Formats: sequence, C-alpha cells, structure tokens
Amino acid sequence: MRLLPDKPINWSFIAGLLLVMSIDYLVVWKWFQMPAYMATWESLFVAWLSCATLAIRYNLKYYRPQKQKFLYVKFVAGVLTVLFCCAYAMLMNKLYPEASSYLTWLNYSLPVRMVIGWLVITNAGNRSLLWYDLQAQRELEARRKVLEDLSRDAELFKLRQQLQPHFLFNSLNSINALIALRPQEARQMVLKLSDFFRGSLKREDEKWIPLPDELQYLELYLDIEKVRFGHRLSTLVSCDDAACSSLVPPMLLQPVVENAIKYGLYDTLDPITITIRGWREQGILYIEVNNPYDASLQQQPNKGIGFGLSSIRRRLYLLFARQDLLETAAANNIFTTLIKVPQPYDKSDHH
Amino acid sequence: MIKAIIIDDEPLARAVVKEYLASYTQITLLQECGDGFEGLKAIQQHQPDLLFLDVQMPKINGFEMLELVEHLPSVIFTTAFEEHAIRAFEVNAVDYLLKPFSKERFDKALQKWIGTSESVRNLATAQVIAVAGTSPLQSNRIVVKLNGKIKIIPVQDVYYLEAADDYVKVVTEEGAFLKNKTMSFFEQLLDMAQFARVHRSYILNVNQVTRIEPYEKENHLAILKSGAKIPVSKTGYPKLKAALGL
Repeated sequence: MRLLPDKPINWSFIAGLLLVMSIDYLVVWKWFQMPAYMATWESLFVAWLSCATLAIRYNLKYYRPQKQKFLYVKFVAGVLTVLFCCAYAMLMNKLYPEASSYLTWLNYSLPVRMVIGWLVITNAGNRSLLWYDLQAQRELEARRKVLEDLSRDAELFKLRQQLQPHFLFNSLNSINALIALRPQEARQMVLKLSDFFRGSLKREDEKWIPLPDELQYLELYLDIEKVRFGHRLSTLVSCDDAACSSLVPPMLLQPVVENAIKYGLYDTLDPITITIRGWREQGILYIEVNNPYDASLQQQPNKGIGFGLSSIRRRLYLLFARQDLLETAAANNIFTTLIKVPQPYDKSDHH
Repeated sequence: MIKAIIIDDEPLARAVVKEYLASYTQITLLQECGDGFEGLKAIQQHQPDLLFLDVQMPKINGFEMLELVEHLPSVIFTTAFEEHAIRAFEVNAVDYLLKPFSKERFDKALQKWIGTSESVRNLATAQVIAVAGTSPLQSNRIVVKLNGKIKIIPVQDVYYLEAADDYVKVVTEEGAFLKNKTMSFFEQLLDMAQFARVHRSYILNVNQVTRIEPYEKENHLAILKSGAKIPVSKTGYPKLKAALGL
C-alpha cells in the first residue's frame, strides 16, 4: 500500500487539483454570481493552498520531530494557512482596491477559508507523516534483516574457520606431541579446546556478552595458540573496571584477534606480544588490539583498512549505523585495531 | 647413514616427527628448524637426504623455500592444509602427511621412500625442480636469493622481468635479481591486470610505464619511470594497450 507517492506532484494530484479548481470556479461564478475573473482568482486560491500542502510535505521530508509530531503538523499547518490566506487577501486588496463587495466577502470568509485550509493542509501533513514513518520502518526492517543475514554468515564463517585445519588439526597435532612428552599438558590442552568449542557453540547471535566473558573466551583461544607456538607468542589482556561491566556483541573480537595472531606470527620470525586492552569513556567501550606485522610483506599497506577487517566495520555499521567505530593504524610495524562499542544502557557512567 | 632435517614453525609439531623418527636408527636427525630461513641455511650446510617440511611458516612458506634450494633433497610435507596436497604432488614430494598423523602413516611414508632406489630418488628430485619451475602458487610476491640472503619482493615493486638464458631477471628499484624460472611461470604467477607480456623476453609492470614510442617498422618501445626502455613486439602491443586500459 502506498499512502503517498514518492514525488508529491504527479498526474492524479494535478487532475484532482484541476477538478477542485473547476468546481470552485463554477460555484463562485454561478452560485455567488461573481464576475468570471473573480471566479478565476478564487480557483487560483485553491491552487495556492495546494502549494501549502506541498510546502508541508517538503518540510516533513527533511524534518520530522521525534515527539509530538502530530501537534507539530497542526502547528505548521496553522502557520501556513494564516500566511497563505493573508497573502491572498493582501494580493486581492492590492490588485482590485475598487471591488469592495468582493473584498468584503473575502474578508468575512477569511476565517472559514483558514479553517478549511488548515484541515486540508493538516490532512496532507498527516498523510506524509504516516508515509515517511512507514518508510523509516521499512528501512529499519531492511537493516535488521541484513544484520541477521550477516550474523548468520558470521556464524557459518566462524564454524568453517574453526573447522579449518590450521586451528583444529594443528591443535590436535600439538596434543599428539604432548601425549608422549607431557601428558598432563596434553590433558589441559584437550580441556581448553573443548571449552573453546563449547563456548563458540553456546554463543547466540542476539545476546550481548559481558566483556570479561568474551575476553575469557579469547584467552582460551590464545592459550591454545600459545601451546602451539611455544615461546614465540605472548599476550597481554587487560580491561579497567568500567570496561569490565560493559557488553559486547558476540564474536566481534574473535576475527580481530585471529588476524592479529596470523599477521603477528607469520610476518615475523621473532617472539611477538599481542595486547588487548579495554577501557570505557562516556558510554563507549573501547577495545584496542595491537600486533606486530611486516609492512613490507603486506600488499598495499596504505590502501583501505585491509586485514579482513571490513566485515567487522560492516557489522558495526549495521549494529549502530555508524561508520566510525573501527579504526586502524599502522606504525613502526605495529598494527593497531581500535573498536568502539556504544553501550546500550549506562550503569557505570554518570555523565 | 641417512641425513634428515625437520622444518616446522611449531615446536610440538617438530617433536612428533622427532619422536616417530627415533625408531629409525639409520636416519640421523641433523637439525630442527623453526622457519624457512633457518631451513635453507641448514640444507646448504648439511646437504640432507630427506626433509620433513611444513608449508605455512613465517615470512616464507615451504614451497617458496624449496624454490631457493639448489640441490633438492627428498621432501615429505607435514601440514594441516589439505589444499596444498595437489601442489605437493606436483613438486613430486615423497609423501604428504596430514597433521595429525599416526606412527603407522609416518612409517608408510618412510618405507616408501627407503624402498625407492637412489636413481629413482634423483629422478624424482629432478622432477621436483622441473615441476616447481612451471607450477606457481598464485602469489603476490617473489622470493629471491642474493648473496646467500633471502629477499621477498612484493610484485608491485617489480619494474619488469627479462628472460636471461635459463633464468629470469627480476628488475626492481634495488637492482636485478636472477630467478631460476621460466617466463611462462611468471606469466601464470603474476596478475595480468598489472603486468603484460609485451615481448617474448619481457614482462613489464604496466604501472611503471610513462610513455610508449614507435620503434622501427612495427614495433614500439615502452619507457618506464626508471628510464628503462623495453621493446614491445607486434603481438605484445595490443596486450600492453589492454592492460593500460587504452
């Protein structure tokens, strides 16, 4: 159903207007026995008023108040009616100062004209309002659908990722080695691997997760990688008290950390440290991930954000409709990823 | 005595091979290496008979390392990546062990290798060299060796490639590097939106071209930013124009 066409001026609008103008013309000419030129002016008045309906439509297109929007429409319609009617009356006074009977009639009918005009303009305004609301709702719906699709894709991607040989099979290979060398560690590794996989299965898409839970989950992953890569990998994970009471969408950090490990470990020969730091400022949770990388090994280091982070940016955009929530920086062969997560409600901030 | 070397960036992965190797008294494990650079050095130093090689390693991967080895030993790949298997058999590896692998599977691979005669092994090695020279893994970098040092050149840094007998000269800002490959190898390796085979003996980076001049009857010369003049043949000219989007 379409309440209002995209373009305010179309053929049905013009046809309707012409019909009303003709009726008005006939009524003024035959019923009120006015001269024909006066009837023409009267029908032009109708067209003039319809310009006011266009004005309110354009106004609502670019500005719709959040609260009291119907009251706003009534108010704007009132102002428009008074302006348009007075303008018409003044024009007639200027053009035909000698047609006193018409001017008197015009003067008397002004309040009636205003009431009718107001009703017509308010009606047009309300219709536009409903249409734009519907439009906004549709957009929201579409955005939510894309978000759902995306998180489903992320879920699938995540599953595939975990089933990829580089993590699961290499971990199992490490366990295979540990069974002979240090059975106790092999057992720990099995338990960590199970916890990690259970954690990833439990994660539901919609539910936000407290940051400490997410960090704990990431540490499981990092611990497993540490067993695999031995002394080469060390990590520093920290978050301040306010950040620790914050929430994050599930699986938001996982790909960032995976990237950090991948580029950190495969770009360099030396031992590396990956730092993950969380803090909170003015209702926004900041999470920063640092990893070493080799600029000379990465193709087009200056082009875009790269490192497969575009999907995270997209996800943040769909969650918050903001493009500025993911920042990356590269300096001195350290790659920094900064994620900002606006908190849904504030318990800890008192700003 | 059989000399062996393990090259793998994960200590525990090396430990498995080492453990499995312990029962083979005729095989001496000379060294364990954590990356391709160390591996290359060890191969040159010890001239091993057998290599246990991981694929995914820091800086340069197993295949890239093999490209730089002069006298190839027999290679048994040990990796978790199934998708590398085809390439491994193309380079005629003795076997391809998918991590995690059992002692039985490991024994089978070694038995197969021990069972083959020296001449067959040498033949296999020759094939490794031949096949490795024709089958590139789509890549965005070229690994070269210069005075014993390994250099990784991102493809966008390459000015042009020039055929030079059995080698290909890779010309960059820092100079020219020889690589024991064919022109068709690079034609496959490089993204032909960025590179064009403008001549039987030349592939050039189209981003480096500043202008094209007519030369002799039907030929042209491409002038690069570096000032180098590259001949463009009659058949090469349309390819260059296409790559430049003309």
